[in-house]
Amino acid sequence: MSTRKPKTSMILKAGACLMGLMALSPIAVAQDTIKVGVLHSLSGTMAISETTLKDTVLMLVEQQNERGGVLGRQLEPVVVDPASDWPLFAEKTRELLTQEEVDVIFGAWTSVSRKSMLPVLEELNGLLFYPVQYEGEESSKNIFYTGAAPNQQAIPAVDYLMNELGIERWVLAGTDYVYPRTTNRILEAYLKANGVADEDIMINYTPFSHSDWQSIVADIRRFGSTGKPTAVVSTINGDANVPFYRELSNQGVSSFDIPVMAFSVGEEELSGIDTRPLVGHMAAWNYFQSVDTSQNEEFIANWHDFIGSESRVTNDPMEATYIGFNMWVKAVEKAGTTDVDAVEQAMIGMETPNLTGGTAVMGKNHHLSKPVLIGEIQENGQFQVVWETEGLVPGDAWSDYLEGSRVLEADWTDPIRCGNYNTVTEVCSGQSY
Amino acid sequence: MKHLSITSVLVWIAMAFASVSQAQAQSQAGSDTSDLEPLLVRLVDASLSEAVELIPQLETQGGRGILPLFTAMFDNSLAVDPDSMTFYRLAEDNSARPVYPPADAGDSAELQLSAAEADELERIRVSNRLRVLLRDAIARIRLFEGDADERSIAAAELLSQLGEDTVLLLREALASEEDAEVREVLEVGIAMNVLVSDAPDEERLQVVPTLHGRLEAPVRNLLNSLLDPNGRNEQNPEVRAAIEEANAAIDTRIRFYGFIEELFYGLSLGSVLLLAAIGLAVTFGVMGVINMAHGEMLMLGAYTTYVVQLVMPGFITYSLWVAIPAAFLVSASVGILIQRYVIRYLHGRPLETLLATFGISLILQQTVRTIFSPLNRMVVSPEWMSGTIQINPVLAITNNRLFILIFSLIVFFALLMILRKTSLGLQVRAVSQNRNMAKAMGIRTDRVDALTFGLGSGIAGIAGVALSQLTNVGPNLGQSYIIDSFMVVVFGGVGNLFGTLVGAFSLGVSNKFLEPAVGAVLAKIITLVFIIVFIQFRPKGLFPQKGRAAE
Repeated sequence: MSTRKPKTSMILKAGACLMGLMALSPIAVAQDTIKVGVLHSLSGTMAISETTLKDTVLMLVEQQNERGGVLGRQLEPVVVDPASDWPLFAEKTRELLTQEEVDVIFGAWTSVSRKSMLPVLEELNGLLFYPVQYEGEESSKNIFYTGAAPNQQAIPAVDYLMNELGIERWVLAGTDYVYPRTTNRILEAYLKANGVADEDIMINYTPFSHSDWQSIVADIRRFGSTGKPTAVVSTINGDANVPFYRELSNQGVSSFDIPVMAFSVGEEELSGIDTRPLVGHMAAWNYFQSVDTSQNEEFIANWHDFIGSESRVTNDPMEATYIGFNMWVKAVEKAGTTDVDAVEQAMIGMETPNLTGGTAVMGKNHHLSKPVLIGEIQENGQFQVVWETEGLVPGDAWSDYLEGSRVLEADWTDPIRCGNYNTVTEVCSGQSY
Repeated sequence: MKHLSITSVLVWIAMAFASVSQAQAQSQAGSDTSDLEPLLVRLVDASLSEAVELIPQLETQGGRGILPLFTAMFDNSLAVDPDSMTFYRLAEDNSARPVYPPADAGDSAELQLSAAEADELERIRVSNRLRVLLRDAIARIRLFEGDADERSIAAAELLSQLGEDTVLLLREALASEEDAEVREVLEVGIAMNVLVSDAPDEERLQVVPTLHGRLEAPVRNLLNSLLDPNGRNEQNPEVRAAIEEANAAIDTRIRFYGFIEELFYGLSLGSVLLLAAIGLAVTFGVMGVINMAHGEMLMLGAYTTYVVQLVMPGFITYSLWVAIPAAFLVSASVGILIQRYVIRYLHGRPLETLLATFGISLILQQTVRTIFSPLNRMVVSPEWMSGTIQINPVLAITNNRLFILIFSLIVFFALLMILRKTSLGLQVRAVSQNRNMAKAMGIRTDRVDALTFGLGSGIAGIAGVALSQLTNVGPNLGQSYIIDSFMVVVFGGVGNLFGTLVGAFSLGVSNKFLEPAVGAVLAKIITLVFIIVFIQFRPKGLFPQKGRAAE
């Protein structure tokens, strides 16, 4: 691990130099712009996913400026690169809020990066829109969660497998970090509450970028050969997915023998790979590029226009960014100011159209209402929707299936104004986020 | 279709009794296409859930003639021309040939559509639920229509859902089956059925030996359930004893094949480690240069494969054979450049070399990110690399792993030959043992250094071609292998190629035997801790250099 040190310090230095340059120019600009911070990793391991979101925000800012900006002022994006380095997320947040004095930040992908930004946001009263599905168990006054909470992705997906496909045996496979572990804890509790026996659940964790899946897939195959219908619920992250699916197909495990339901595989992840081994496996999201609505068509056309390539895909976190951005614009217009406290209150109950033909509503717990879609992967890297929830599912910050968080509610309206309100003791429990 | 044999009529009747939907379809065993047409029309516009209901009806109405349509649908390549109601199967090259209505052999060539014409066709969508139905329907038809292999697979598939109707089918098939292997599977199915039926105990006892040592999962599940007090729980002690014996034979075989499988996985992981480490064994092991950019040489090799496939999209099958020399050249030339312009000036200063090469590795990563984007690139596996060799129902060896295992050994021995038998090899060994003496003997050490470094890097490039078949081709590819590579070389003994070979395979095998017991994360940690402890006691690795070479 001695090898990491020089890397971090080098990136830090390079980042500092860059920041120095960036900080110089915008100060000269007059105060009549609204600054929008964009805090997505543009280098390092997460660059693969986050670069797209940076471009999405830039596109939305450009479009908004063409429409005349917000409150008659132009938006000015301030892009910084936290370089997939979690502590750096906190530093960059501080920098955006104190030096750049941005009015809002769009950013972060991994939960650990959000967790490292959170104390800074609360200390300096910043505003973050977080656009990725996550494990829940958090609600901060200063963060709006526009991605799915577990009850908007994991739970409906399991319901689909259980009720529509009659799955009785479950493999919960994930990468070893906070999102899969928390999600699987929730799912395990949920499955057991639904009468699934201990021996019918297999939980497996692998390191980041795990590439040798032979024995794990063989285990899954054996686990699934008892005659009971079996499925894999996958929270396997990023790079490890391609070798995983390849190994499945190599060992002759087909999508209808043991289907895999993934929560981290979307269009973007599929765009760089040979999709043949994945055909028929599933993913649960709140948006698919293949959804046929006029809003979506327009969004895709704009995206292709902006990025200059017809082959670039759109995905769920992009839609979450789109909804978050539009809501923020509306909230600022409603509040008549970019002041964080005013915008925060204006956000609650705010409605904007989503891209799947419905309306996203911001709940008082800072989570969105979303439709849940189940798609099967097609050969062209797109999803075919095979099932969707009737109507919208409101996001639940604190899971109803976990001991301890069952009694918690987040409510940022008067009189509670608390992210972890204990409904039994009727106090703001102060439980750590 | 027009010449229905008596057997097939019988099958039809059997299915007619089995299928509920048949009741609605007013069973007419010798159905003509007039009943089929409306179903097919409905299929064209059916939603996925409507299609689920249509498949059983199509099967009963369509008879065996529907097989090509079903297989095309199962393979996700069925398309239709709604005007003429002709169904087509789309081929890889996007051309289409008709699968329904059945045409004579002569016509079908004429009816083939070119890629442009096929573009107009409407694709029929399938979901997993449809695939399951189709697979079973196909198995029921193939039991009579397919070649021996297909019949055997079909019979094995039907074992998992033995209803009265399926058993009728199996008996039916057995009557006309001549292939011994297929007969065996059919008999297993019938025996399983007899075992759970209310036949007299003597008859049930008789069929148990048929199941002796069968590895098919349904057989195992049935026997386990018969022995399980909460399951079917066999009462007759004689039958129970026979079942226990059959089950024990199955367990023994499964354990044996499980061990073989584990061993193969271990060797396969070892071969990947060997490939990753073998270039480093030359640069670090023989030359003593701590090359942190080694992983990026692997990455360059993998990207070369990507570029080669990009340049020759029509020849994926041969792309790897082109990629291997290309990757060697690319990585070797980058390696030589690094050696000439950086490492040469840092000779004898390991710490500076480490830092400089680490910097180079970052530069290379970011360069690749700039040129190819930070997204992973798609490297296609050629047809011959994918698939498995199915040895029996519990043991399958994946082709790509097998090829890579063989490939790693070829690369290893080729390198060994170069170092042992060529004059370059002799010079390399001379320079690494005693630089000054070699210089005095007239060896151009500078040139040898550059060539050695190029050789090590080039071999890493070749390894990258193999890795592109297993893992993601992205800018971070190298980073995931650099630690493993150093681990293998240090464990095996610096400067000893055979040490690298033994080190790689023993780490691979031990890792794979640990993994099922403790999980992937812990297995890695244990391996790492083991090596740290091992190095404390044997700082020079498994096979330390002896004699003059050690100085």
